Amino acid sequence: MSEKEIHIEVHRDDEASKLGMWLFIFTELLLFGGLFLVYTVFRAEYPQNFHEGSLELSVTIGAINTIALLFSSMTVAMALSAIQKNNRKLAMRLIAVTLLMALIFLFNKYIEWSMKFEHGLYPGSPLMPHLGRGDLMFFSLYFFMTGLHALHIIVGMVLLTMCFFKIKNGTLNYQKYIHLENGALYWHLVDLIWIFLFPLLYLIT
Amino acid sequence: MSGNKKNEYVSYLEHQGKYKGIFSWIFTLDHKRIGLIYMYAIIVLFSIGALMGLLMRIELIAPGETIMKPQTYNGMFTVHGIIMIFMVVIPGLSVVFGNFFLPILIGAKDVAFPKLNRFSWWVYITGCGLAIASQFMQNGPPDTGWTFYAPYSTTTGSNVIMATFAAFVLGFSSILTGLNFIVTIHQMRAPGMKFFNMPLFSWAIYATAWTQLLATPIVGITLLMLIAERLFGIGFFNPSLGGDPVLFQHLFWIYSHPAVYIMILPALGVITEIIPTFCQKKIYGYKAIALSSLAIAGVGFLVWGHHMFTSGMSDQARWFFSFLTFLVAVPSAIKVFNWLATMYKGSIDLKPPFLYALSFIFLFTIGGTTGLLLGSVATDVQVHDTAFVVAHFHYIIFGGMGFAFFAAIHYWLPKMYGRMYNMKRATIAWGINFVGFNLLYFPQFILGIEGMPRRYFDYLPQFQPLEVVSTIGGFILIGGLIFMISNLVQGARKGEIAPANPWHGTTLEWQIPSPPPLENFDEAPIINPNPYDYK
Amino acid sequence: MANNVSHITDYKVLARVVLILMSLTLLTIFVTSFHLGAFSVTVALLIAGVKAFFILTYFMHLKYESLLLRLLVTMIFVLYAVIILITFIDYAYR
Repeated sequence: MSEKEIHIEVHRDDEASKLGMWLFIFTELLLFGGLFLVYTVFRAEYPQNFHEGSLELSVTIGAINTIALLFSSMTVAMALSAIQKNNRKLAMRLIAVTLLMALIFLFNKYIEWSMKFEHGLYPGSPLMPHLGRGDLMFFSLYFFMTGLHALHIIVGMVLLTMCFFKIKNGTLNYQKYIHLENGALYWHLVDLIWIFLFPLLYLIT
Repeated sequence: MSGNKKNEYVSYLEHQGKYKGIFSWIFTLDHKRIGLIYMYAIIVLFSIGALMGLLMRIELIAPGETIMKPQTYNGMFTVHGIIMIFMVVIPGLSVVFGNFFLPILIGAKDVAFPKLNRFSWWVYITGCGLAIASQFMQNGPPDTGWTFYAPYSTTTGSNVIMATFAAFVLGFSSILTGLNFIVTIHQMRAPGMKFFNMPLFSWAIYATAWTQLLATPIVGITLLMLIAERLFGIGFFNPSLGGDPVLFQHLFWIYSHPAVYIMILPALGVITEIIPTFCQKKIYGYKAIALSSLAIAGVGFLVWGHHMFTSGMSDQARWFFSFLTFLVAVPSAIKVFNWLATMYKGSIDLKPPFLYALSFIFLFTIGGTTGLLLGSVATDVQVHDTAFVVAHFHYIIFGGMGFAFFAAIHYWLPKMYGRMYNMKRATIAWGINFVGFNLLYFPQFILGIEGMPRRYFDYLPQFQPLEVVSTIGGFILIGGLIFMISNLVQGARKGEIAPANPWHGTTLEWQIPSPPPLENFDEAPIINPNPYDYK
Repeated sequence: MANNVSHITDYKVLARVVLILMSLTLLTIFVTSFHLGAFSVTVALLIAGVKAFFILTYFMHLKYESLLLRLLVTMIFVLYAVIILITFIDYAYR
């Protein structure tokens, strides 16, 4: 039947891909935006409880995590520069550092969460409904926001791992690096959200 | 390659790809085929939703229990709402005709991300499956209404989690479609086609896509919070746990009001395409119409509070939202007046698409003016949650978006299938639909003012005469719809072969053969700086 | 293809930006030791905003992107601010 060879054109439009990624980032920003709106409303309603709740969180761990994410953001940006300069080895190393930072972040998060769990503080625990309303709201928001953020970290790690192997087998190179560019954009988004989460959850005075 | 044999081409319907049979549809990357499979899904879902509506009308034909128990009725209006809103009208025009015609109208071969487009359809079908499955799971269909208002939705025993998750999945599909269309319009326009050379349907889709992209995440996170609340007893929206149910309404309507514009903007775009074609006249005020789409989308983000006048919001917020709501009337009126000005002294041809377009303007105007009553605080307090609201939004959503969908399908069917439906039968079907529609919904305005609440399966005996009229209207409308759809199906399958440009339109889709070839344009299209250039 | 001319950010610039970001992090922890009362949220958000600006501009290359994209990003933040503001017309006067 196909006497004529007709294909959907396999053309590449990196500009389009990048614009698409940015639009996706907009939706992610507004996804967290909805959460921040909820946070703002309840913080205005229960300022004292939010302050006391934040004292329960470790500023040190939060700060280490912030530093780790900022550093990883830099390394992934450097990885993009490296691949643009056709330095594959360096790019792969930088992505590996980024992933390591992400693991440190998740490990700290795990420590932090399990400390709360030991005290019986976790969503659905028998203790939670007996807390004061403001405290309940603070910890609910804390778990929901950091949980959703951690999920984004994991997604970002998967994307960057894929980029790592693509560089390794050469499908991602100095002429065709849009996947890393988009992966890095996503990673910066994760960092961007954490920058707001950190002072809003850990540093409430 | 093609182009050697000018008159011979393979249309997208005949083209044999990698897959055979049904797989050549569900695995297709062709935007036209994806548009059609969306359409088939939507027609099936619409039929289910319409049947549920008819069952509710039969229940309301007499006071007391007629054919179903109260709890069944609660499930019925919830599922009717979820199906009609999230699966039929929100995607509706933009996924069917946006997919099929947006690339053609801007002279492109496909959308920017064909694989993402196919993925969106799969996500959409998954969401539909989840929503329909939620009706049959053990706890019974959700009974919250399609709005999932807290705190009831956080405590009811019915199957809310699955239904909200379905809405979340459908929202994801909607976001991806919007993203795809925005990038398509920015990156894929044919050389020489600037933004202000695009046909106005593309402008409408552009504005819609932005709304889809920016509003949907907010409802996504809200529904996730609702699910978390039910699973873990978190209490964001439950006042007995320190939460705030009005906050749920805020978050819900921050999305769901713009969603109204997701429904209606493409409808306005369709009408803007049809009117100049059937008047053979240049559209009046091209730029005003194009920009008013963006204005409607923009202002539409800021007016959500008018759904919440009786929720216990502060007075300042109430008058502010009321004020902003009246602003939306300005760009909407710009469109209506421009359409009327286009028709003035045009050579009007009363074919079915144009009849649907005219009835759209009529019904949309009724829906819009009753909307002003609901938008001003004092009258809204009187008619809030009555049948008046039901009548109002059915005039906007069904009379507006629904009739625009019918207009679009009558307008573009010869292009999509290369065949023409029976014109006389289509005209009769239009007449039945129009009469049935008004008979069904107009009495509900009166009932609402007299105090008939919405979502009640029972009523006082004095409402019965009008309820009966409304139910009769329901039967007439269903009859008209069956007649219309059967005529269209027959036309698409066995109708006479349609010429490439049956309505003498000037936009790009009429320059290519019907049905279009796989990549739309075998030769580069000629871009006219004015898309509506009637001599 | 457009990306042949796309800008390659220097490693040094990235390192400098990350140093600024880290010192801002320390600053935001440091200011909590003062009791600024109602202004503490403002200060915290202000510092976070500056950090976000640096990430968007340098890490996410907005400095070298088209005007259109920069306007769109601005639009998102403005839209979000307006939504928060309107919501608080309700909460502030309730």
